[in-house]
Amino acid sequence: MTIEEVKKILQGHLVVGSDLSYEVHSAYGSDLMSDVLAFVKNHVLLLTGLINPQVIRTAEMMDIRTIVFVRGKKPTQDVIELAQQKNMIILTTSYSLYTSCGLLYQHGLRGEEEANELALPR
Amino acid sequence: MNLHYHVDGDAFIAAGEASSQVKKVLKQLGIAPHTIRKIAISMYEAEMNMVLHANGGDIHVEITPHKICITLKDEGPGIPDLELAMQEGYSTASQEIRELGFGAGMGLPNMKKYSDELSIRSEVGKGTEVEIIAWLP
Repeated sequence: MTIEEVKKILQGHLVVGSDLSYEVHSAYGSDLMSDVLAFVKNHVLLLTGLINPQVIRTAEMMDIRTIVFVRGKKPTQDVIELAQQKNMIILTTSYSLYTSCGLLYQHGLRGEEEANELALPR
Repeated sequence: MNLHYHVDGDAFIAAGEASSQVKKVLKQLGIAPHTIRKIAISMYEAEMNMVLHANGGDIHVEITPHKICITLKDEGPGIPDLELAMQEGYSTASQEIRELGFGAGMGLPNMKKYSDELSIRSEVGKGTEVEIIAWLP
């Protein structure tokens, strides 16, 4: 799924980046960066309602390039600048985390563990 | 190659900058992306622990053709029960830390998972020293 499609489905706004043709193949939704660090294995689209700079840092460490901030959360200027430095693509949407994930899933974007056939955490 | 970083304890926005810089250096050195990712995650977890729990500290990175060794030293409160702290889900994080998206009790287990060798020496009231080693093929 391209970022263009993600933006359309979530009625989102592009905050950082310009490459709308960039493709994502799976997604992960969490407000807990500890869990993102522990469970994400691939270059997912990250959906989160957390908007502090450590979301960008976490994404950088995991080689995640695309983030959607949900629930109408607006990143502050320092977060935007950090994401720009890291060449990321940031979208915002007014939908909740649950609805955002559901809409993307409905349009074919599968979860990280399903798309990549990962074992579930025990 | 030796790299040294001082990590400020009360600069939450800058936390992770050392890990970010190390990741950049490893990329420039042509280290395999899979190895870089492992090192970046374990170092970042350790760096965040240092900021969130120990008011910062110092990081030393040694890169040789055979290994990457990252040593993080702090003068924080120390870890009273290391065995317990290594268990997934065990956390002493405050509500404030949890609101920042951390403190799920995954940090130490994750550092172990993503490093080839991990050693932690800690003394209550004196501080903690974490050594992360990644062997290069």
